[in-house]
Parts: sequence; C-alpha cells; structure tokens
Amino acid sequence: MRPLRDAFETFRRAPLLSALSVTTIAFSLFALGLFGLVALNIREALERLEDRVEIRAFVAEGTPTEDVAQAASDIASFPEVQSAELVTQEQALKRAQSELGEFRDVFEGAVLPASIDLRLKPGLRDPATVKRVADRVKTYSFIDDVRYGEEWIEKLYRLRNIAGIAGLVLGFVFAAVSVIIIGATIRMAVLARAKEISIMRLVGATDGYIRRPFLVEGFAKGVMGGLLALVLTWIAQTLIDRYVIHTIYFDARVALLGLLFGALIGLLGSAVSVARHLRQV
Amino acid sequence: MIRFTRVTKTYPRTGTAVQDVSLMVNKGEFVLLTGASGAGKTSLLKMVYLEERPTSGEVRVAGTSSVTATARDVAKLRRKLGIVFQDFRLLENRTVEQNVAFALEVIGAPAAVIGGKVNRVLTQVGLASKGRAFPRELSGGEQQRVAIARALVNDPFALIADEPTGNLDDRATRGIFQLLRDINAGGTAIIMATHNLELIRRQEYRTIEMARGQIVFDSAEPAATADPAR
Repeated sequence: MRPLRDAFETFRRAPLLSALSVTTIAFSLFALGLFGLVALNIREALERLEDRVEIRAFVAEGTPTEDVAQAASDIASFPEVQSAELVTQEQALKRAQSELGEFRDVFEGAVLPASIDLRLKPGLRDPATVKRVADRVKTYSFIDDVRYGEEWIEKLYRLRNIAGIAGLVLGFVFAAVSVIIIGATIRMAVLARAKEISIMRLVGATDGYIRRPFLVEGFAKGVMGGLLALVLTWIAQTLIDRYVIHTIYFDARVALLGLLFGALIGLLGSAVSVARHLRQV
Repeated sequence: MIRFTRVTKTYPRTGTAVQDVSLMVNKGEFVLLTGASGAGKTSLLKMVYLEERPTSGEVRVAGTSSVTATARDVAKLRRKLGIVFQDFRLLENRTVEQNVAFALEVIGAPAAVIGGKVNRVLTQVGLASKGRAFPRELSGGEQQRVAIARALVNDPFALIADEPTGNLDDRATRGIFQLLRDINAGGTAIIMATHNLELIRRQEYRTIEMARGQIVFDSAEPAATADPAR
C-alpha cells in the first residue's frame, strides 16, 4: 500500500511535472500509434489487393462440360487452392457484359471461352506459388491457356516486401525514440526528487524501499500515457476515416498490447533511471 | 563501537584523502575532529556511515564491517546513526514536523508512534512550537536544530556531524554546541568535524587533528584505544 500512496503523493506534490511526464509518454506513444495505424492500413490494403490474385485457365472449345467440371474439382483439391470455379461460355459472356456496362453491345453474339477461375489460399499468393499452380493446371490437355497477371503479382509482392521492411525499421526507430524520450522524462522525475532520495538513504531507507514508489509511478504514468495515446490515435483515425480515406483502427488485442507497451516502458524506464541514480549517489 | 583499522581511502581523480588511519571511538564519547580543509575529515566521517568504503583497511561500526557489509547492512547501520551536515539538508516543501517524521516513515515505523517521537525530539531541540513551520521560515540555527532532531528521532547510538556550525553565526554556534553536549550527556556518542578553533580550545573533549589524510594529534593518545601498531 505504501508505494501506491507515495506514488499518489508524488502526483499531488508535483502535479505539473507528473502531467508533463504523462503527456510526453502519451505523445511519444501517439507518434508510434499513428505510424502503427499507417502500417496497419497499408497492410490491410495490400491484403485486399492480394485477394484479387486469380488464376484463369481457359478451356478449349468443344471440351465436354463433365470433363471440365471434373478437372475443376481436381484442381480445387490442390493444397494451395482455396477455390476453383467453373465459368461456362454463357457465364463468361454475361460477366464480360456486366463489367463493360454501356459497351455491352460489342459482345453481342461474340463467343468467349469457358474457363476455370481459381483462387489461392491466403499466404500462398506469392509469385512462385502462383506460377507453380498455373503450370500444373496447364498440363490438362484441354486447357488452352493460363493467365494470372505475372508482372502485376510480382510488383505487388515487391511492394509488400518493401512496405514490410520499411514498417519494421520505422517501427523500431519510433519505438526506440519513444523509449528514449520517456526515459528522459522519468529521469527528470527522479532528479526532481534527488534530495529526498539522498535523505532517505541517509536515514537508512533501503534501496528497495526507495525504488518501489518510482516503479509504481512509472507504471501508472505509462498506463495513463498509453490510454491517452490510444484516445488520440482513435480520434485521428476517426477524422481521417470520415474526411480523407477509409481506414481501420487497431483491434482490441493490438490496443491492449500498446497499453502494455506503455506500462512496460514506464516501469522499465523508472527502474533503469532509479537504479542509475542510486548507483551514482 | 567505531573502529578504524589501518584505513586508507584513495579517490581515482583526487588521490589519497585518508591514509593509514587507525582509530577507536568508544560508547558515549564526544570527539572533535579538526584540521584544515582537505585534511580528510569529511572522508573519514563518510566512512563511519559507510557512504564511502575504505580502499584498504577496515571500518567497523557497531558490528558492521566495511569489508562485508551489503547495501541492506548499510541501510540498517544508518538507522542506528544520526547524521548532520553543514547545509542542513531539509526538504523545503515539508514542514518541520514532516521533515522529522520523514526519517521514521522511510524506515517503516508504525504511524502510531511517529507523532509522539517527533514531538519528543522537537521539544528536546527547543522547537516544539515550530512544528508547523517550513524550513525557509526558520533561522539557520533553527534549521540545524531540525536536522539534529531528524538525526535523533531514531535514538541513534552516535551522532555524526560534519561542520554542523559552519553556516551559523557565533550565537547559533554556541546554541548548537550546547545542544550537542546535552545530547552527549544523554549517552549518545558525538563525532563532530569542525574548523572552529575557539570551540576546540575551550572544551575538555577528545580532539583529533588531521592533516593530509593522517591523524597528527589525538588528545586521547597514548590511551589504550590508540592503534598499537603506531
């Protein structure tokens, strides 16, 4: 109970410094959170693009429908394949017409080939896997041609890799910067009480006793800063979503993780600052 | 009770502060430690409350050895010592009472006994009526009395005072010195570093003079308490 009371006492005695610490932590985590939102939304967008990766195998004219249906169900059982759907000539025509809208007349009486349209499972949509599946499908004698937008997939994948690496590096930098800023803030709080600490030691308080309220305080500041940062990012996301571009927010698990991260930085930052201080004096 | 055995203290940057000092202070003794600035008085006192450890030799205080003491042992030792400085070291944002109570709170004394003990020591140092005042509202002499009250509140067996009158005028100095004598009369040992020669000449207490890190005069010599090797 004592460390809790002491920590509260610190907030009461130095409300300005405490508020400053919480705000600094909040803004550091806010920056990190904003970056996280950007990364999350880019990943989300790329995943949506990936959903559209599709292999289309065109069927030679005159192939019996039963054969094609049999092949489609064979292909559907490939381990990489999520779905394989048979598209008949009529369906192909209808689809082309609906996609072209007002120009539908150009297809009047035209003949489009039937096809088997397949989608791969998430995580198996990389260029190599797509090519492998396409080649395998090509081995059916009645398959004329297989198309899958090779170049497009490769570009998408390169983009994804760059985004992933950039995200990792930037995320690390942002996290490191928050840790440094928060550490400095906590160090300030420790220095503000340097005299108190020296007197505590002089009259025989143990280091553990001196440390505990700082740990509680750091933890509390971290949690408060984390909460504030979550609120700020939520406001930012809502505004962007409403006025600029559709975005999504962290799910509860990630939000909780962010909060824990704040609490952990607060706790560790305090532990390190106090330990350093106690070693020096 | 306090024993220095061939103690040397060397600082990496400033060199040797205390050199081969052997010394014994007995229970209830009053010792005046004197010498020019830089003679090693403060370093010697710091080794009594184990703020510094000897580079070689051993300091033994009430059963705690500088060679083996852990951080926790040091904390425990300080609860049995009172320490007073020239600059008082009071917390400005706390009242006199709170400053004294602080010494009890941080060692986990039960709240029920704190009030009584604080009142008792404040009465002892003559500040019973100023408990609610803040340090800045007091004179230098009064502030030092608060610091002494804080040092006394744990009933120490010895009071270590490093130039306690260094910042005070003559009148306040005499008052503080009288207070220390009264405290000593109650059985608490006092080790006091001071420049004040007048104070030293007048008194009948044991006087130790230091120069360049060594003891050059000890009025108790050649008593049995002196280092036999010397």
